[in-house]
Amino acid sequence: MENKAEKELRILAVCGMGLGSGLVLKMTIEKVLKDLNIKARVSVADVVSAKSEKADLIVTSSEFEGSFKGSGIKVITVKNYVDANEMKEKIISALEDL
Amino acid sequence: MAVISFIVNEILSKPALLVGLMALIGLIALRKTFSEILSGTLKTIVGFLILIAGAGLVIGTLSPLGDMIQAVFHLHGVVPTNEAIVSLALQSFGKEVAAIMALGFLVNLLFAWITPAKYVFLTGHHLLYLATVLAVVIGSAGIKGANQIIIGAIMLGTIATVMPALVHPFTKRVTNNAGFALGHLNTLGYITSALVGKWLGKGSKSTEEIQVSEKLNFLKEPVVTTTVVMMLLYIILAIFSGPKVLEKYTSGSNYIMYAFMQGLTFGASIAIIIYGVRMILGEIVPAFQGIALKVIPNAIPALDCPTVFPYAPTAVIIGFLSSLVGGIIGMFLMGPLGLALIIPGMIPHFFDGGTAGVYGNATGGRRGAILGAFVNGLLITILPALLLAYMGTLGLANTTFGDTDFCWSGIVGGLISRMGVVGAYIGTLLFAVVLLGLASYVTIRLKKEEAGK
Repeated sequence: MENKAEKELRILAVCGMGLGSGLVLKMTIEKVLKDLNIKARVSVADVVSAKSEKADLIVTSSEFEGSFKGSGIKVITVKNYVDANEMKEKIISALEDL
Repeated sequence: MAVISFIVNEILSKPALLVGLMALIGLIALRKTFSEILSGTLKTIVGFLILIAGAGLVIGTLSPLGDMIQAVFHLHGVVPTNEAIVSLALQSFGKEVAAIMALGFLVNLLFAWITPAKYVFLTGHHLLYLATVLAVVIGSAGIKGANQIIIGAIMLGTIATVMPALVHPFTKRVTNNAGFALGHLNTLGYITSALVGKWLGKGSKSTEEIQVSEKLNFLKEPVVTTTVVMMLLYIILAIFSGPKVLEKYTSGSNYIMYAFMQGLTFGASIAIIIYGVRMILGEIVPAFQGIALKVIPNAIPALDCPTVFPYAPTAVIIGFLSSLVGGIIGMFLMGPLGLALIIPGMIPHFFDGGTAGVYGNATGGRRGAILGAFVNGLLITILPALLLAYMGTLGLANTTFGDTDFCWSGIVGGLISRMGVVGAYIGTLLFAVVLLGLASYVTIRLKKEEAGK
C-alpha cells in the first residue's frame, strides 16, 4: 500500500559535470518549490551518472535532453538557469503530468 | 592555551575539517535546522576525503603516462586537467587552499560592495581551483602561512570580482541580458574569442542555423570523452614505447592491457574527484549565495559556463572541436619552443572551447565561433606550459591547470611572490587596484551605453 502523501518527490538537477551549473539549477528549483510549498528532494548529478539514479523528474538544459531519451523519466529543459518564473511554469506543468 | 593549540593543530590544520568548519559557519549563518547543519557539515568533510582518495588513484595513473611520453617524445608530458592537479596539490596545501577560498570569497563580497562591479562569484569549484593555484605559486615562491593566505585571498577576491565584469559586455550580448554574469575562469579565452569574432567574423551567419547530428551527443559527456581519449592515448603510447618502459609497473602482465586499464582508471579517478568536489560544494555554494544576497542585495551572480550553453548549443560543439584542433596544433609547437608537451585535456577543451565558441558566435557568427575557439585552444595549450615554472615541485607532475585565468593569475601571482613578503604585498595591492579600476570602468561604461539606448 503506497501512501502518496508520504512519498517524497525526487528531482535531479543535471549538467555536464554536476558541479557548477547543476548546483545553480538546484538552487533555483529549491526556491521555486519553496514558493509552491512542495516538498521534494533535489540533488545534483552529472549527465553520465544521472542515468543510473532514481528520480521522478530531471531538470537540465536542452543540450543534455538527448542523453535521457528512453529513460522513461520526465525531463524538463530550461534556458535561463536562474529564471525562477521559467522554472516555476515548467515545474508546474511537469508535475501535472506526473 | 592548550585549547587554542588543539584547535589550531588538530582542527584548523586538517583541511577536511577546515572546509567542514566553513560549511558549518555558513549553515549556521543561514539559520538552518540542526539536522541540516549536521548533515551538511558531514557531507562537506566526507566530500573532501573522497577528493583526496581520488588523488591517490590519479597519481598511480600519471607516473606511467609521464614515463611513456618521456620515452617516446623525450619531453615532459602534461595533460592539463584541473581536477587531477587540484587533488594532488591539496595533499600539500590543503589548509591554505581552504583558508584562501573562504577568506577570498569575503574579499569578493567586499569588492563587490565598494566598487561598481557588483559581481558575486558562485562557481564554487573554480573558487576552489583558483585558491589552489594561488596557494601553490605563492607557497612555492617561499611565502608561507598567514602571509600566503592573505595575499592569496586578496588576489582571489580581485579575480572573482573583476573577470565576470570584464567579460560582461559580451555576456549580455550572448544571453540577451538574462540577469546573470559569467563566472568561469577561462575569461581571458572568452574575451579573446569575442574580439576575434568581432574583428574577423563580419557578416558571418550564426552557428545556430546549423543542425548538429544527434550522433555527436556523446561529445557532451566530458567524463566519457576524457576516459575514451585517455584510454586511446595510453594504448598508443604503450605501443610506441614498448614493454620495457612499463616493466616496473606491470609486474609481468601484458603491457598493452596494463595501459588500457590505466586509461580507464584515469577516467574513474576524475569521476571520483568530481564526486568529492560536488559533495563539498553542495553546502558551501548555497551558503555563499545566501550570505551574498544578505550583504549585497543588488549583486549579480557570476555563474558557471554551461549556463550560457542554451543560448547557442551548436556553437558549443563547434567551439569544442575547433579549440581541440587549436590544442593539437599547439601541442606540436611545444617541443620546438622548448616547452613541456601539453596534451589536450578533454575537460578544459569541452568547457572552455565550447564557451569560447558561444562568445565568438555572439560577435562574429560561425567564423567567429571557429576562429575564436581555435585561438582559445592555442591559449589553453601555451599558458599551462608557461605556468609550470611557477608551481615548484608540482610543476613536475604530469598534469596541471587547464584554463587561461588559472594560468595567467598563477604566473602573475608567482612573479609577485618572488619579490619577498613586503614586495608581494605591494604587488598584490597594485594588482587589485589596477584590475578593480579596469572592472569599474567597464561596468560604468556599460551602464552608460544602456542608459543611452
